[in-house]
Amino acid sequence: MVDRIADIWGTRTPYAREEQWPSRVDQKLSAELTDSDVDEWVQSACVLCSNGCACDIAVKDGEMVGVRGRETDAVNRGRLGPKGLFASWQGMRNRARLTQPLIRENGELVPTDWETAMSRIVGRSTELLDEVGPLSHGFYTSGQLFLEEYYALGVIGKAGLGTPHMDGNTRLCTATAAAAMKESFGSDGQPGCYEDIDCCDAVFLYGHNMAETQTVLWARVLDRLTGADRPALVCIDPRRTEVADHADVHLAVRPGTNLALMNALVRELFVNDWIDRDYIEEHTLGVEELRRAVDEWTPERAAEVCAVAAEDIRRAAQIFGTSQRVLSTVLQGFYQASQATAASCQVNNLHLLRGKLGTPGNGVLQMNGQPTAQNTRETGADGDLPGFRNWENPDHIAELAKLWDVDTDTIPHWAPPTHAMQIFRYAEQGSIKLLWVSATNPAVSMPEAERIRRILAESGLFLVVQDLYLTETARFADVVLPAAGWGEKQGTFTNVDRTVHLADKAVDPPGEARSDFEIFLDYATRMGLSTKSGRPLLDWETPEDAFEAWKECSRGRLCDYTGITYDRLRGGSGIPWPCNEEHPDGRRRLYEDGCFSTGFEECETFGHDLLTGATVGPLRYRSMDPAGRALLKTAEFTSAPEIPDESYPLRFTTGRTAYHFHTRTKTGRSSQLQGAAPSAWVEISEHDAQAFGIAEGDIVRVASRRGEIRVPARIGSVSDGTVFAPFHYGYWERQEAGETRPEDEPTAANELTLTEWDPVSKQPQFKNAAVRIQRIAAGSGPAPAPTTTASRPIRRTSMPPTVGGEDGQAEERFPTDTVKEDAL
Amino acid sequence: MKLPVYLGMVRSAESVLASSLRKIGDGHGSEPDVYFICHTLADQCEAHEQLLAPIVDRYGEQPDDEPERLHAAELDDTRSGPLGLLRDLQDLHLLTTFVDFTYTLVEQAAAALRDDELLDVVADCVGETSTQADWLRTRAKQAAPQALIAAE
Ligand code: SF4
Repeated sequence: MVDRIADIWGTRTPYAREEQWPSRVDQKLSAELTDSDVDEWVQSACVLCSNGCACDIAVKDGEMVGVRGRETDAVNRGRLGPKGLFASWQGMRNRARLTQPLIRENGELVPTDWETAMSRIVGRSTELLDEVGPLSHGFYTSGQLFLEEYYALGVIGKAGLGTPHMDGNTRLCTATAAAAMKESFGSDGQPGCYEDIDCCDAVFLYGHNMAETQTVLWARVLDRLTGADRPALVCIDPRRTEVADHADVHLAVRPGTNLALMNALVRELFVNDWIDRDYIEEHTLGVEELRRAVDEWTPERAAEVCAVAAEDIRRAAQIFGTSQRVLSTVLQGFYQASQATAASCQVNNLHLLRGKLGTPGNGVLQMNGQPTAQNTRETGADGDLPGFRNWENPDHIAELAKLWDVDTDTIPHWAPPTHAMQIFRYAEQGSIKLLWVSATNPAVSMPEAERIRRILAESGLFLVVQDLYLTETARFADVVLPAAGWGEKQGTFTNVDRTVHLADKAVDPPGEARSDFEIFLDYATRMGLSTKSGRPLLDWETPEDAFEAWKECSRGRLCDYTGITYDRLRGGSGIPWPCNEEHPDGRRRLYEDGCFSTGFEECETFGHDLLTGATVGPLRYRSMDPAGRALLKTAEFTSAPEIPDESYPLRFTTGRTAYHFHTRTKTGRSSQLQGAAPSAWVEISEHDAQAFGIAEGDIVRVASRRGEIRVPARIGSVSDGTVFAPFHYGYWERQEAGETRPEDEPTAANELTLTEWDPVSKQPQFKNAAVRIQRIAAGSGPAPAPTTTASRPIRRTSMPPTVGGEDGQAEERFPTDTVKEDAL
Repeated sequence: MKLPVYLGMVRSAESVLASSLRKIGDGHGSEPDVYFICHTLADQCEAHEQLLAPIVDRYGEQPDDEPERLHAAELDDTRSGPLGLLRDLQDLHLLTTFVDFTYTLVEQAAAALRDDELLDVVADCVGETSTQADWLRTRAKQAAPQALIAAE
């Protein structure tokens, strides 16, 4: 038994380059239960981050009582992290679950039945379609449903109602990953895979605190770092994270200056001739422009702008330029910062310039934040068309119209689909009058929380919220629908490295809760959505029917699922897409031949100007004729939209802790995780603490132009001049305890953030705002921040370490005969 | 030689475009992307003015015979609401096409004069001008259906 709160990554199983990652099976059961008490193990995969660790759910007497990692799975080889071990099942079984629909009567939410709730939705929906048309409807979904549910929603919106206003909270976490791949390679679709960790010589993490965001993936990296042939590690992150602690080079870049740093790294490749001319000539476009764009970015110039040492930039570039096999991973430190798409494209460019892409150990992982974000993007439940189709390509629209048997005109394709921030703007202006939110909590997770609350409370807005719990957002709703969640319904989903898993139903949902799939189908039926030949538009009964329909939609596209069935997903390991006749067991890496998805007929986008987001358009794209070559794109560096000044002298940045996910809807209901990181805090440097007279645990007020939070301070490892806050802490506990306006004692990081987004990916910039800080009272002890993560105190004085105790114990088993060799 | 007239014209048009972009950006500050991008584009226009300055000096200022016909007028107040945004973006687009077209004519003259310095400056500026026009078009296209159909 190991305390997996104290030891987040578990016991090391070191391995050498090109060996298979050894198995380690992690298991957690309810206290007092042993294996022999379990009635049944039901196959699934964890949905508490984008890693997609395969697991089996332990069921006893019709209840989920624990979880165990699946040893045979290529993604995790049996491992689970703290969130998977402690929250995946416990986050579902809580007495606060919604068990009945609610509707608003005289200003109050009151319980009702499904018939009444759905009739109310359908009534308003029909009325608005008659009066205004489909532009009155907006849908804001999640990165946490299943593929089948997103596809159902996508078809309802795009082929049924015909509204362009659909997006997911994936906009907040992963939109830049998709945008960067589209701009560089012509389509969304992860080039690399996790096996690249097993055989690389260097790993670069760009704004990716992997140790806390995908703990099992970091365990894999740690096992390489502690094994023979240790790969070099380069970390680009303003905080002294666990990753930074292990790094050969840590570039603690000043928030808002990523692109300047990337320009310097790219320039070093040119200057030192660490480039592959033949590859560039044959497989890329735009090298001259790129060379010119980075020309002025000497390491010295970047060092000044980014507040790092020029020598460190040179060392990092040298590692990149001279390693035989190099892997890059990118996440929120880039995606949620200014010039997100341009900076992320520069990561792709580094690989393209060296021709190091798509072969073992040479990979790019443009990461996702949420577990099923990949599916939101693939199926068209967000601002994309299903199957990575191009809204500017009439042939792609015609394909969809034929597949769905609807008129081409029904499918909105006259302008780019509306992104989340714009959907909320239209709701604010009153032109979106029905907003349907599924499995997400914008009241806490979107920037400028006060504004979002005002929009959600707008009397002219008919708000439908479907979720597991009465979230901060659900409290504003006109209709609340109780949803079944993980373990209570069936479906598939796809992780960061394109591996598809099946999650089976283990138990019945509580009370009258229904799966999101059933709810969407019910809406479509009640609305009478039908095809041209008069059949129901969603002619499905089970998730598997929807999966089969989706396979047809994906046929021939990069994300081809046609070779996958539910049966094939049972028993062994998850299967990566594309999986079809050509790749019956799935294709591990994309673009190994240097042929990209940029052909005119094939590409998902004709691209954008990375500075402004202006579209390139079909005419110019055709004349450029990339024809399978990758595009080397970047933009001119500009300073971040809000920089510190006299009134707001500090930089504010937000992020995650290893123990929580999203707005803690599930993790906050696991006693182990909640105990490890119980409430909000901010981190400041020792220097700033002295300057502002703040001691560890003191209550501080952090204010921006938009709002403030009042929370305890941790004297931690952030750079001088920077304030960090975790973004998980909204108000639901205090609301459940009966407080009516807990936001008067604000704790949510998004009270401070600003509404500004990347012009291409439209991802909001959570990582950059100007704030001021002030001590308001003495605290009652150290800040409630974990001591095991990047939040650790700079001085460990007498602070008790973060431990899980009895409850935090989980089993680790080390199977002797490891599973048979996977193709590397 | 009338080239100096056109050089003066393009320089003042850039300046008019810059201040109009700032005005519209501020006026539609609740559309955050409009605010920040308009200011970024205004910076570009001002950088163009700087690039043009030594050339205008070299050729000398020359007053325009038909100032009322050949000058781009600065946009007055911003309008409000979704429709107002659309019309303001359209007005800005008109200004960018004026600048773009003027550069085209200046470029022709520069080629005939074999003035490499001027050709370089035009090449530097005109690409950004056309991206400005593209952005305005992209943004307005996206806003049009909602503003013209669903907004009140
Ligand atoms: S790493 Fe992610 S997917 Fe794996 S157990 Fe942890 S939260 Fe779940």
